[in-house]
Amino acid sequence: MKKLKFLFFFLLFINLNNISLAKDPSDLINNIVDEAASILSSEDPIESKIIKLNAIAERSVDINGIGLYTLGKYRKTINEDQKSKYQKLFRSYFLKSFSSRLVDYTNPRISVVSQKKINDKYTIVNSILEATSKRPQVKIDWRIYTKNPERPLIRDLIVEGLSLARTQKEEFNSIIQNNDGDINALFKTLEEFLIK
Amino acid sequence: MKKLLLVLSVFLFVLISNLASAGDDGKIEINKKNNGYVEATDCFEKVNRGIFAFNQVVDKAIFKPLAKGYRMFPQPIRSGTSNALSNLSNVVTIPNNVLQGQFKDAGVNTARFVINTTLGIAGIFDVASYYGLNKRDKEDYGQTLGAWGAGPGCYFILPVLGPTTVRDSIGSVITLVGGDAWYNVTVVNDTQYFSEADYYVSRILDGIDFRAKNLESFESLENSSVDLYASVRSLYLQDRYRKIQNIDKTTDTLSDDDWEEVDNQ
Repeated sequence: MKKLKFLFFFLLFINLNNISLAKDPSDLINNIVDEAASILSSEDPIESKIIKLNAIAERSVDINGIGLYTLGKYRKTINEDQKSKYQKLFRSYFLKSFSSRLVDYTNPRISVVSQKKINDKYTIVNSILEATSKRPQVKIDWRIYTKNPERPLIRDLIVEGLSLARTQKEEFNSIIQNNDGDINALFKTLEEFLIK
Repeated sequence: MKKLLLVLSVFLFVLISNLASAGDDGKIEINKKNNGYVEATDCFEKVNRGIFAFNQVVDKAIFKPLAKGYRMFPQPIRSGTSNALSNLSNVVTIPNNVLQGQFKDAGVNTARFVINTTLGIAGIFDVASYYGLNKRDKEDYGQTLGAWGAGPGCYFILPVLGPTTVRDSIGSVITLVGGDAWYNVTVVNDTQYFSEADYYVSRILDGIDFRAKNLESFESLENSSVDLYASVRSLYLQDRYRKIQNIDKTTDTLSDDDWEEVDNQ
């Protein structure tokens, strides 16, 4: 029995390692897509699906990097306390937004088509979200940050050529700008979103 | 009517030139030239937000239910409708291919139009793709003006029609003063084959078809957005920039100093 347990945990460990340590950007996306598809098509309750999807995001997305990027020019004007508060809020916002977007899909079929290394820091993985009877095929490109080649991380999703990170940045900047550059307005908006 | 449109075009052209750089006194500047990225100014943001809210109400009351109803039609009917509308759009795309010097695309689109209109029965079936003439991107007069170097000018929202810029509005005006053969044979000229209604029905169907294809993505955007107006503005401007630059490769859209800064922090 002990041997069986050991074998089980050993296999689980290898499996987890394979998922979290995918070094090739295409492998990273393939692993994420497979894992997400298996979660989404399972019979698990929604809450459980959300927890599992968030775990994938925490492991494979550069949430802090995206958070800093989305602050745009205000990144330079906030103090350390504000930065720390923002990063906490952004992490929660990102995960809620990420999982709530995905959880409605029952079985998204994404195929990785190709990848292109832009420079040492970035590789673009091109993929296709296959068409269903409801919507046409969608091109999704993943911007993978490869500065640490041992741990590639997703930094942006480009859907049909439209960057979600840029859209998010312009959204946040609009909120701050319309409140006379007050970062607290963004904090308040994010807090309201989180309790919604 | 033509004179009015001409005056309107001149007025809009002046707006493009003058307001492209407007951005002070509380106006929001977005996408300032950054690695060649588009420059647009939300000159009338408060008014725009009001019209955007109105459009949201119209969408929820009319377009969304229509799009949901349209979705209930069998897939072949929706595909056929979409193909026919796409085929019709070639009469605007082809002259714009020529104006932008895309002669190969103009040739392919012309061949596609002829084949699909005849063998494909008014464009319902995409027979041309079967012969290896694959679909090309749509082009319009706003894109041509952009390709010729005209800046977007002010970004604004039109009631019911949605987001646009001064440059893209001038493009729309050009289609109405002779630039759209379909408009010419239905609305402008009294032909015995088509009526005005054909044009308006095709435009409305085009809108419903687009909405139906994007029901989930719009809903997802609405649910996850903290400032939907700003998101839509960003997406519209990114999309237009990409179309004007005829960017196929995603990597071309990604240069952004902000990422460099984040990396260096």
